[in-house]
Amino acid sequence: MHPQSHSAKRLITGFILALALTLIPFAIVWTMAFPVELTFGIIALCALVQVGVHLHYFLGIDSRTPIENVLAICFAGVLIFLMVGGTLWIMFDLYERMM
Amino acid sequence: MSTYSPKTTGSPGPTEETLDIRDLGFWLYLMTDAIIFSLLFATYVVMFQNTATGPLPIDVFDIKHVFAETMFLLFSSVTFGFASLASVREHKSQAVFWLIVTIVLGLGFISLEVIEFIGMIESGAGPQTSGFLTAFFTLVGTHGAHVSLGMIGIMVMIFQILIKGLTSPVKSRLHRLGMFWHFLDIVWIGIFSIVYMPGWLI
Repeated sequence: MHPQSHSAKRLITGFILALALTLIPFAIVWTMAFPVELTFGIIALCALVQVGVHLHYFLGIDSRTPIENVLAICFAGVLIFLMVGGTLWIMFDLYERMM
Repeated sequence: MSTYSPKTTGSPGPTEETLDIRDLGFWLYLMTDAIIFSLLFATYVVMFQNTATGPLPIDVFDIKHVFAETMFLLFSSVTFGFASLASVREHKSQAVFWLIVTIVLGLGFISLEVIEFIGMIESGAGPQTSGFLTAFFTLVGTHGAHVSLGMIGIMVMIFQILIKGLTSPVKSRLHRLGMFWHFLDIVWIGIFSIVYMPGWLI
């Protein structure tokens, strides 16, 4: 709990960024303005940046975050990478081979 | 005769250090929850083409509906932020006010989700129809269950603030509930980006 993570300015900045990063993908999916591959790329990019925005502006993750919390994120990230990556790899490989 | 002072009897409240350790413990819980959601996302990605004879994603997903749900959840995350801010600044009535706004927005989100689910089930797109729908209801339903629990948590915190005041254990609990609420909004980013949007595009 850092005093810096509790300021109205920080919250509103985060909100404006998150709103923009939500409106962009909804707008391009709604209007179908771009080819499907490019649309997917923009959705993925906006989602990743928005996760970062939420972590920083709403959950208060920054350089003063205790090292234990950062280690926990990294460890969860490794587990997610192995389990999600492994699942998708195995299942889509199986799907290809069953065709 | 020793003088009796009621203020020094009983166990002292938790120290700042204890509260910090509770924050870390709650953070570890959130990370395990993130792993659960990641695997439900992986399951959905594996299953989403398995529509059997049931409807396709594009037949059952409504973009305006999902956009409204997204806005309710995003606004509720910010209003919870204002409640946390008010609690840090010792503004009791403001904290309660923002928590009530958050719970109203949360109810808006859950009502829309329940309407969506009931509509799908009544049109024959229930969870038993296909692998895609099973994975969809499991993932989105688990998120909805978390949001519902979070709203119960907010109600409990409103009463704790009103009855106990903004003591340091109450503020610490509110802080952890805020972490939970913001975390659920992050999961929702994944849901609209991985579940709904590809459903409209493919």
